[in-house]
Amino acid sequence: MTDNRFFNRSELIGILVLAVFLVVVLPLTLDVFRLNLVAKYLTYAFVALGLVICWGYGGILSLGQGVFFGLGGYCMAMFLKLEASSVENTKIQSTPGIPDFMDWNQITALPLFWKPFHSLTLTIAAIILVPGIFALIIGTAMFKRRVGGTYFAIITQAVAAILTILIVGQQGYTGGINGMTDLRTLKGWDIRPDHAKIVLYFFEVGCLFVCIMIAQFVRHSKLGRILVAMREKEDRVRFSGYSVANFKIFAFCIAAVFAAIGGAMFALNVGFMSPSFVGIVPSIEMVIYTAVGGRLSILGAIYGTLLVNFAKTSLSETFPELWLFGLGGLFIAVVLAFPNGLAGIWGDYVQPRIDRLISSRKPKPEGWTDGSVADGAPAE
Amino acid sequence: MFGDYSLGDLGSIFVMQGFAGLILFSVYVLMALGLAIIFGQMGVINMAHGEFMILGAYVTWMTSNLFQTYMPSLFGGYFFLAMILAFLASGALGMLVEWALIRHLYKRPLDTLLATWGLSLMLQQAYRSVFGAREVGVELPQWMLGSLQVTSSIEVPINGVFVMCLTVLITIGVAYVMYMSRWGRQVRAVVQNRIMAGAVGINTEKVDRYTFGLGCGIAGVAGSAFTMIGSTGPTSGQLYIVDTFLVVVFGGAASLLGTIASAFSISQTQSTLEFFMSGSMAKVLTLLAVVGILMLRPQGLFALKVRK
Repeated sequence: MTDNRFFNRSELIGILVLAVFLVVVLPLTLDVFRLNLVAKYLTYAFVALGLVICWGYGGILSLGQGVFFGLGGYCMAMFLKLEASSVENTKIQSTPGIPDFMDWNQITALPLFWKPFHSLTLTIAAIILVPGIFALIIGTAMFKRRVGGTYFAIITQAVAAILTILIVGQQGYTGGINGMTDLRTLKGWDIRPDHAKIVLYFFEVGCLFVCIMIAQFVRHSKLGRILVAMREKEDRVRFSGYSVANFKIFAFCIAAVFAAIGGAMFALNVGFMSPSFVGIVPSIEMVIYTAVGGRLSILGAIYGTLLVNFAKTSLSETFPELWLFGLGGLFIAVVLAFPNGLAGIWGDYVQPRIDRLISSRKPKPEGWTDGSVADGAPAE
Repeated sequence: MFGDYSLGDLGSIFVMQGFAGLILFSVYVLMALGLAIIFGQMGVINMAHGEFMILGAYVTWMTSNLFQTYMPSLFGGYFFLAMILAFLASGALGMLVEWALIRHLYKRPLDTLLATWGLSLMLQQAYRSVFGAREVGVELPQWMLGSLQVTSSIEVPINGVFVMCLTVLITIGVAYVMYMSRWGRQVRAVVQNRIMAGAVGINTEKVDRYTFGLGCGIAGVAGSAFTMIGSTGPTSGQLYIVDTFLVVVFGGAASLLGTIASAFSISQTQSTLEFFMSGSMAKVLTLLAVVGILMLRPQGLFALKVRK
């Protein structure tokens, strides 16, 4: 674990299994509609991945990840919306060439902050930079003053509330409660037909694995160890001469950027963006994906996201009444009984049995250690 | 934005908006009092607080229906019985929740947030299954209808005045219990140093349970007052929970005076701004100001100095 490799043997196997599952098994077994649903779920996996770094390793619980998911999503959606609102597409409007909701709200010229989103390069830069800088500002203001824990959680929640109210209220600039709908093409390439959905799915899975690699790198580097140390005994890390605030800001920013990438993928794959993915309720739901999967496990968070969302879709389709009971019960059960989520159950019960099965057949090689033990449980 | 109104009009506007703000202030104070006890004194983030309030509101609604059907002659006084029942129902549920859930999580404050959020989802669904998804309204007794004519252009609704008087009385009651009674001293002792409080013979577990119950009970009373000025639905409580947390944090957790001061400033700012711009922008500006001030002064308006 202390060497600079990105992962040890069991983690490599885990990542390969996930890759086979997402790249081979799901596309072969599901139809395009269901695959697109998986693509939607996986956009939340980006957020969950960021929360593993920020919350699981850094101990910073952010209840405002929907803000960054929304910022990334809106940046992407603004680009797509502008492309869909070309002059010939919108010639029935009183002002052609601007998005339809602006025309409905008697806005006659494109607002200044919309202008950069004519360019794809600037849009991609904005998807990373806008949430990143926003997180940097919030993080600097909070962590430099040593605000943490519950206070931070409440304030991020307030930020989520503010942004939602703002988006809903400023209908002419943001599309209001309906959000940005009717997104059509990306650089002239139609994103709506089935084959485009499949291409976008694979593109998203590719991005997800890049993010997994970054997360693995952070976790196995010295930085990851400092984050864990900080979570366990913040004062001692500070006394050892590390700037605790800067590490926290970094963890928060990386989680924000991951969430923003997820949001941008959402706009591409699902074809719209609305304030219902920004507010307090979705932000807390994103935290529960991470908690169910295991807040210390990068792969666990992804499985947790998929599992909770599958359960949500199938339960709310068949028993809408039961779903909220199920979700509420899940929150309580995970917190009370399984603080390390699915990954904890796997590491505590399943893996030892597999190991015993393997080691009963062949003798254990010398110096071979089990990676999952080294992560440790959060001693809270 | 002031140009269109005469001086007299402006005066009336400020008084009327100020009064509307006072009703918002009453709801904030009643909700925040319970939360300040639970969060400020015990460090537990109770995201289900809004649902405890709504339980009180539903109890009030049921009591009023009961009086209407069986004792129409006594209908004028149903509210006082409803308030007591609301306090008992929410308090009892609170103690049950503390026993089943919260007491396992005292060492993990962030996890109480997730667990109580789960609880709030379950309670919301329970309300929806039992009482239906539609919002219910309580019929006010005769003496609470109408309004007081103060001057020719200023009038204040009687139910608003009543809710405010109630708020003042409850606040004084809570302050008395927390600062004068033996039990309040025990609560504060447990907060300041749990181990030492236990060592001098205070049953800390029992104190925790009753403190949580008291906080939830006050939320129930807040729900009773809430029925006077709004209609009750399964998710009405959730609308207030973030605002209320901000009130508590802004006031400085663990300080009752701070809670009242911050509830007053937040509700008055919002209510006054609401007249000059859309409600959503007024709310955005108010929340932004609160978050901005909290970034500069994280300990809130009135901070209690405790040696950690």
